[in-house]
Amino acid sequence: MKAKATQTNSEASGQKEAPIYEGDRRKVSKLIQTLLVPVLAVLTGFIIGAVVIASSNDAVIAAYRNFFHAPGAALVATLKAITTAYGALFYGSFGSIAEIYHGIQTYYATGDSKSFLLGIYPFTESLATVTPYILAGLAVAVGFKCGLFNIGAEGQFGIGALCSAFVGYSIHGLPWYIHLPLAMLAGAAGGAIWGAIPGLLKGLTGAHEVVNTIMMNYISFRLSDWLLNGPMKATGYRPLTPVIENSAMLPRFFPDPLRFNWGFFVALAIAGFVYWFLFKTTLGFEIRAVGANPDGARYAGMNIVRNFVVAMTLSGALAGLAGATQVLGIDHWVGQGFSAGYGFDSIAIALLGQSHPLGVVLAALLWGTLRSGATSMQSLAGVPIEIISIIQGLVIVFVAAPAVIRWIYRIRAISTQTTVLTRGWGK
Amino acid sequence: MTTNLVHKNAKRTNFRTRLAPSILLIVAGLAIILLFGMNIEPGLNTTFGLTPLGNKSVIPIPNLVLPVQLAIYVLALVVFFVAGWQLARGIHSTGILAGVVAFCFVAAFLTWAAKGNSMDLVGMMNTSLVRATPIALAALCGVISERAGVVNIAIEGIMLMSALASVMVATLAHNLYAGLLAGILTGMIVAGLHAILVIQFKVDQIISGVAINIIGTGATSFISNRYMQMYTDKINNSGVFPNIPIPLLAKIPILGPVVFENNIIVYIMLILVAVTFVLLFYTRWGLRTRAVGEHPKAADTLGINVYLMRYVNVILGGLIAGIGGAYFTIGAVGRFDKLMTAGKGFIGLAAMIFGNWNPVGALGSSLIFGFADSLQIKMQILDIPVPSEFLQMAPYLVTIIVLAGLVGRVHPPAADGTAYEKQ
Repeated sequence: MKAKATQTNSEASGQKEAPIYEGDRRKVSKLIQTLLVPVLAVLTGFIIGAVVIASSNDAVIAAYRNFFHAPGAALVATLKAITTAYGALFYGSFGSIAEIYHGIQTYYATGDSKSFLLGIYPFTESLATVTPYILAGLAVAVGFKCGLFNIGAEGQFGIGALCSAFVGYSIHGLPWYIHLPLAMLAGAAGGAIWGAIPGLLKGLTGAHEVVNTIMMNYISFRLSDWLLNGPMKATGYRPLTPVIENSAMLPRFFPDPLRFNWGFFVALAIAGFVYWFLFKTTLGFEIRAVGANPDGARYAGMNIVRNFVVAMTLSGALAGLAGATQVLGIDHWVGQGFSAGYGFDSIAIALLGQSHPLGVVLAALLWGTLRSGATSMQSLAGVPIEIISIIQGLVIVFVAAPAVIRWIYRIRAISTQTTVLTRGWGK
Repeated sequence: MTTNLVHKNAKRTNFRTRLAPSILLIVAGLAIILLFGMNIEPGLNTTFGLTPLGNKSVIPIPNLVLPVQLAIYVLALVVFFVAGWQLARGIHSTGILAGVVAFCFVAAFLTWAAKGNSMDLVGMMNTSLVRATPIALAALCGVISERAGVVNIAIEGIMLMSALASVMVATLAHNLYAGLLAGILTGMIVAGLHAILVIQFKVDQIISGVAINIIGTGATSFISNRYMQMYTDKINNSGVFPNIPIPLLAKIPILGPVVFENNIIVYIMLILVAVTFVLLFYTRWGLRTRAVGEHPKAADTLGINVYLMRYVNVILGGLIAGIGGAYFTIGAVGRFDKLMTAGKGFIGLAAMIFGNWNPVGALGSSLIFGFADSLQIKMQILDIPVPSEFLQMAPYLVTIIVLAGLVGRVHPPAADGTAYEKQ
């Protein structure tokens, strides 16, 4: 009961065999092809997003009412709405070059670094936002590599955050080089358990991980509701945990309010580890083999159940670690709705990055930067932040259906690896 | 690895095979006694209200008064008896096994929880049916779609979007039926989108479903933030369908208030279950649908248009899911809140699996989930020591347990999830 999203037969058979001495050219064009679809997918998503922004803008609607009297004004209003929105997005993501330059000048003139720090705030905030996305994207990507769809990243993120926060605020007097790794380990362990359960169920009973991980998500929301209002509640009225000890915080590079911290480099290191694990170890090879062809892997003697469990546990651990870096590096406490949005964002990132660690890092950079800038888009241009979700969903559709992008932009197909997920509801 | 040459429905008389479920049953019986039967004062009674208070039209029957300790022991005894039967002869039907144990466990739980008080049992059963309605509609959508071979994870997104559409149109047009129609159309359009992606562009069916869910969540939250909160009276205040008691049938003692005094969407759901059942199993069209879902290539050689059948079925499923979505707004609360479906689409998928891809089975399992839902509300009112958040987890835990226990024993359509390529 396997399904594969492939090109239609006519497309595949229309390819001519490339002669051997054109090997380099084929490699380059394959690289271009691999990058082309995600890039075009994001671009198309933003174009449609622009349409939505323009059509929900009051000034634009008013201008179009007078379209036949002043068509130019309507077009100008449309362009203005779109550029204001995306301009605010860019400003929120990167800041403005002018401000940063001015900040540098002020620093050299007076030694006061405040305006420089304010200038680089948007960019550092973007990098800080990217950190959990790298790890969460890796989590879903590892799942995809094994043919498993881990929608439970959000629940695993939340559980990991709670575990690491607990270790962070409840243990006193430890030096940072013990406390910090311990807290991160706790986060990873919590997420690992939360991911192992659906993995075990899938391996032992064949129950599909999509529904199981979604159910685990909802269970984790209720569990965190109870914990934040009960056992883990800080003194006071609001449902949040106490602030973690200083020895558990990820060190920051700049003074407050800049929140860029070591977590970013930890995430990059872990991305390297995942690359090594998937592509340079036997276990990683087995996981990828099971993902590509479970029947073939079983025939080769690989233990399918063990690989499912390992993949889901690693996936959960990565998502839990993402929650841990968010708590230990950025917020320093956990509140309600802490993990909101990370689940579906990480799916988009993994798909966009074609489930490869390097791709995931790049896609996470894009996504985190966008998310960080979207809050400015809401405050400066009045566009609700959910527009990013719409763009995100569209990007997923376009990446998962390269045929749509090719149809829109009239690109010829070279075979690329596709994500195989649908295997029915279990054996 | 030995191959099993015995037909899969043959009675297994192996002692070891019978032992495991019977041990589980014995554990269940002991759990009933230990959890609920300990430390009960001798004279304590639980009163189960069998006539809704203030309901004049129904023929009144006396309430059921149970002595608590005795009732719990009797229920445990029933479970032990079934355990013994399973050990001695084996019970083939999973349904009877699970059903008896579940009934006894829940009955014991209710008797314990309401000890010394009275509990409106009929009201709770009605709430179960009402709460099961969106789940059943989602499950029906899943059944129709998957019987034709298309996995439809997008039900959650479809229900959200049709909920929004129906409340908006209903408020603007001051007409609830217009809203219902809008919900149905939205469901059909979004399902059509899923169908195009999956059938025409051969996108992986799960990815397409998840993408539609994301777009649906994003779009409805966007519209809710941007417009709903500002123009509440103009587009987000529709009122709800009133309860319509059916003239004679509403008088029947227990069945009347539970089944025959609900709003029109509940009645539509019940009718759709029957209609889908007849359509799938007793008509030529249903046979073709199931053929396409089991073995599309064979169906194709017979001249059945596989693509057309799949399109039609997915869009029909979208119609049903549209009604399900409309229930949340114009059938229940009269306004749209962000993310108000709260995972009911996915629970509907679990109900579909639990019901073995059969409309009537889907209704049965939806009732179970609806009961779990109404139970946790009741438990919060009754103020028992378990924290309310754990009770709210109940429907989701039940889903996981059901899926884990039953996946091996249920039979999805063989070609479920495969894209069909005409050769």
